[in-house]
Formats: sequence, structure tokens, C-alpha cells
Amino acid sequence: MTDTEVPMVQADQVSKSFGSNQVLKSISLTVRRGEVMVLLGPSGSGKSTFLRCINHLESVDAGRLRVEGTLVGYKEKGDKLHELHPKEAAAQRREIGMVFQRFNLFPHMTAIENIIEAPMRVNKVGKATAIARAKELLTRVGLGDKGDAYPAHLSGGQQQRVAIARALAMDPKLMLFDEPTSALDPELVGEVLDVMKKLAESGMTMIVVTHEIGFAREVADSLVFMDGGVVVESGDPREVLANPQHERTKAFLSKVL
Amino acid sequence: MTSSGPDRSAPGSTPSPHGADAAPVVKAVRLRHPWRNLIAVIILIIAVAFIWDAAGRTAYHWDIFGKYVFDKRISEAAFNTLQLTVYSMVIAAILALVLAVMRLSSNPVFKSISWFYLWIFRGTPVYVQLTFWGLLSVIYPTLSIGLPFMHPWLEFPTGSTLTFFELAIIGLALNESAYLAEIVRAGILSVDRGQEEAATALGMTWTQSMLRIVIPQSMRVIIPPTGNEVISMLKTTSLVTAVPYSLDLFARSRDIATSLFAPVPLLLVASAWYLAITSVLMVGQYYLEKRFARGIGAARPTKGAGGTTAAPTTTAQFEVVSEAYNTDEKEHQ
Repeated sequence: MTDTEVPMVQADQVSKSFGSNQVLKSISLTVRRGEVMVLLGPSGSGKSTFLRCINHLESVDAGRLRVEGTLVGYKEKGDKLHELHPKEAAAQRREIGMVFQRFNLFPHMTAIENIIEAPMRVNKVGKATAIARAKELLTRVGLGDKGDAYPAHLSGGQQQRVAIARALAMDPKLMLFDEPTSALDPELVGEVLDVMKKLAESGMTMIVVTHEIGFAREVADSLVFMDGGVVVESGDPREVLANPQHERTKAFLSKVL
Repeated sequence: MTSSGPDRSAPGSTPSPHGADAAPVVKAVRLRHPWRNLIAVIILIIAVAFIWDAAGRTAYHWDIFGKYVFDKRISEAAFNTLQLTVYSMVIAAILALVLAVMRLSSNPVFKSISWFYLWIFRGTPVYVQLTFWGLLSVIYPTLSIGLPFMHPWLEFPTGSTLTFFELAIIGLALNESAYLAEIVRAGILSVDRGQEEAATALGMTWTQSMLRIVIPQSMRVIIPPTGNEVISMLKTTSLVTAVPYSLDLFARSRDIATSLFAPVPLLLVASAWYLAITSVLMVGQYYLEKRFARGIGAARPTKGAGGTTAAPTTTAQFEVVSEAYNTDEKEHQ
């Protein structure tokens, strides 16, 4: 990375507490444009919370979190921070796609309707354009024939692929995946990971919270191991996985590998 | 068929999917329920006896019932009752949505206002409230629009501006909205938090996610108890006599009964009409529930080809593309 390039995500000593429970303790990391970063760690280590902070679904208590150089959720005026108006925060989120562990598809809408909802309501795209784009995206995730299906009639893997298509419909510059395969039956994990792999190959910047070590090894550019709200270890995924330096990383990997 | 009997599958042989060897059909003697039958017969006898007796009983005055059940005054009154029900329910529903959203908002001022409203309107009897509305012109002889302590911009005399019919609707609607607000709140709370989160993550504003995502899903929970409220409202309209509004179904049949000195047959007339309207409303509720069960309830046939004539060709194209994708996928593995 050259010094002049603005990183996609830059976290600088980010901390976050829920009540007296500090879930993020001074997290600093950088995600370059086009990078695929995997966040690994035991449950409760703060990886999901960190992901949600990037999208401002949670607010940061301390430190600075920037996406493409712009502060998330706040405005800097002089040396003071001002909370963003909900509309401004919504505008920031448009450019960041998020995929959830439990898919969170809208059950009262068909796959196509799920996908065109935000482009039409938020970006004011015309219906015909939105539908054409949605069909294209569904085809891209291998579900070209499922446009009229309601989420309840799709398998978990298919639902998650629709959810990915829905996030992509907003043309995000960054995609966040919060344990996208954790709620899936084992035989359905592959189809979702394949879609994510293709997305990574297309140059999308991605931050993926997952327990899929294989995905990390094969697809990720960087791996960050978190535990207890701190970054324990980070680096090239193949190196970290093959030769972990820290005891906690070793202990965790010995259980999941 | 019988020879291969119990030995299920020899190693290597695949059992035919439809089972050439059908398992023996269960032909058991059905369990008898003698007590059930006996009780049913007894109840049937009692019911028949009651109807037989009622048909001949003079106090019911079936002749008067027959003469007045389709009387124009009665059918007009029934229409008034229906209007009271529909108008007050529609106003109540809009108010309830506002109240419920206020109650769930993070704004402490909105929350308190909503709570206070509910406290007042659920805490006092509807009959008392309706009486109050009837006395509105006594308490506030003029209605004015303007700023407090300043000369009003517009002024109306209350009595001639609002009819008893309108006051009855206001009274019923405000009371009902307090109950409906709680139903709406329960409905909104029943929607998974992840739904709002997903909408938020897509860049939708709070209002958009409420109107497009959360409220449509909450309808499934809201409609059954609301149907109950509509039916309840139909009958509560019989209290508008407190306003006093006297052209609703119950008041009208009571007036006719008084002039005829025959209360019983006209009570029957009113009951028959209430029952008939309730039945129609129940049918409406059934269809509304079906509509909002979209994507959730029992499997429903998918929309007929999406309504576009071009659909078949486009899907064919997509199949080709997705097939290409699939082969691609295999290469990766």
C-alpha cells in the first residue's frame, strides 16, 4: 500500500462497551481497497461487534473508525465530533453491504422484491431497471430461476445467496459478512462460500467474520485473530494458520482445524 | 408380492421408490366413543326442543319480527351502525399506528404523550367518554383555531359544527385507538429485530423500514385481534345513545319497540342484524388474513409467470447462464 492511497477501512484504537462489558479494546487495523480480510476468533471476541461498528449499526465509544477516510457515524467540526443525522448515517450505509448470519431476508417479499426494495426506495432506481439488475444478480449467485420464490420456500443456502444479491444491488464499495455460513446445514455452506469467492475474485473489498478456515486460507488476503476484544494476531492467512505465533491463536486453531 | 416379504434390502440392491411390495394396509376397527355420541344426542334433543318451543311461543311475536326485520327504518339504522363502525375504526386505526410508533420511539416526549393518552382513554368507560363528547358544546361553546391568549383566526360554534353522529364517531374512535395502539405495538414488537437491522444496513431510513418492512410483517399479528375489535366496535355503537345519537340500529329498534309496546320481537330484529353484519365482517377478516400471510403461511402457488408475456424467454436465457455458472463452479472444486 502506498502512503497516498486512502484505505477502505481504517480503525484507530476503536473501543466499544455494552454497559460495563468492554467488547472492543482499542482495535487498530487497516483494510485496503480490494482486500479480503477474515476476522477469526472465539464467540464473544468482539468480531461481530466490530463489523457492526463499520456499518454504524453500533456506535463507537472511543477511537476513530473511517471508511474511505470518512468518519463513520460522526462529523468532525474543528476538534469536536457531531453525531450524524439519521438520514446522513443512512446515506453512509448505502455504500456498505452487509450479510447476516440469519439472512434477514424480508419474508413478505419474493426474492426479486427483496433485491429491488432498497435500490427503488433508497436510490430511486426505476422499477424496470431495478428488476433487470436483480435478475442479473440472481443469476450471478446461481439463482436465476428463483426470482418469484418467497424466502420460506428457499433453502438456507439459497436464502443467503439472495441476501448477498440484495446487498450487491446497492453497488456497495465494501461488503461485510457476519458469519454468513454459521446458520447453514453443512452441505449448503459450499454454495455460499463459492459465491463469496467469486465476489472476492471480482475485486470487492470484503470483511468476513467466519469460522471457515478453508475460506480464509484460500480466499483471504489477510487474517485477523481476535480474542477478548483485542487483535491478538494478524497477517497473511496462510502464514498465521500454518504458524501461529501467539498461544491463544494456537489454542483456538487447534480446536477448529 | 408375498414371497419377498420381510427381507428389506439385500446389500447392493436399491429398493424401488414406489415399493413394488406394498406394506399391508392398516384395517383396524375404529375406536368407539359412546359417551361422545350420547352427549351429542342429548344436546341435539335439547336444542330441537328449545327451537320448537321458541317457534310457538307468543312472547317472541314472530309475526312482528317478520314485519319489522326488513323495515326500511331498521335497514337504514343498520346502515348508520355500519357507518359508525367503519368510520370510527378507520380513524382509530390511523391514530393507533401513530400512538404505537410514538410509544416505541426513542423520543421521551412522544413516549410520554402516548402513554398518557392510553392511560386516559383505556382508564375510563366508553359510555362515560361518549357522554362527555355529547356535552362538548356545553363545555366548549366555540371551537377556535389560533394561538393561545390571542384573538383566534377562526371560530365556530361547537353545537352547529359537529353533529351528534360526528361526535359519536370521534368518541368511539378515540376510545378504540387506545386499544388498537396496544395491538399495533404488540404486532411491531413481534417482528424480528433482524428485519429492521437488514433494512437499516441497506440504507433505508427508519420511516422507510417501518412502512415497508416492519409494519407489513406485523399485520399478520395485528389483524386477528383487530378483527375482534371491529366486531366489538359494531356492538359498542349501541352505546352512542349516550351522546345522544338515536339513529343507530339498537336505538331505532328500541324506539319502534316502545311505540308498539313490543320489546322482545324488536330485540330479536336488532340481534339478527348485528349477527348478519358480524358474519360479513368475519368473511372479510378471513381474506385479509390470507393476504398478509404472504410468504409465511402454507405454501401458496407462486404468481402466474410474473405477469409478463416475455417471461418464458427470459427465464430460458437465465437457465443457460446459470448452467454456465454451475459448470464453472465445478471447476473450482
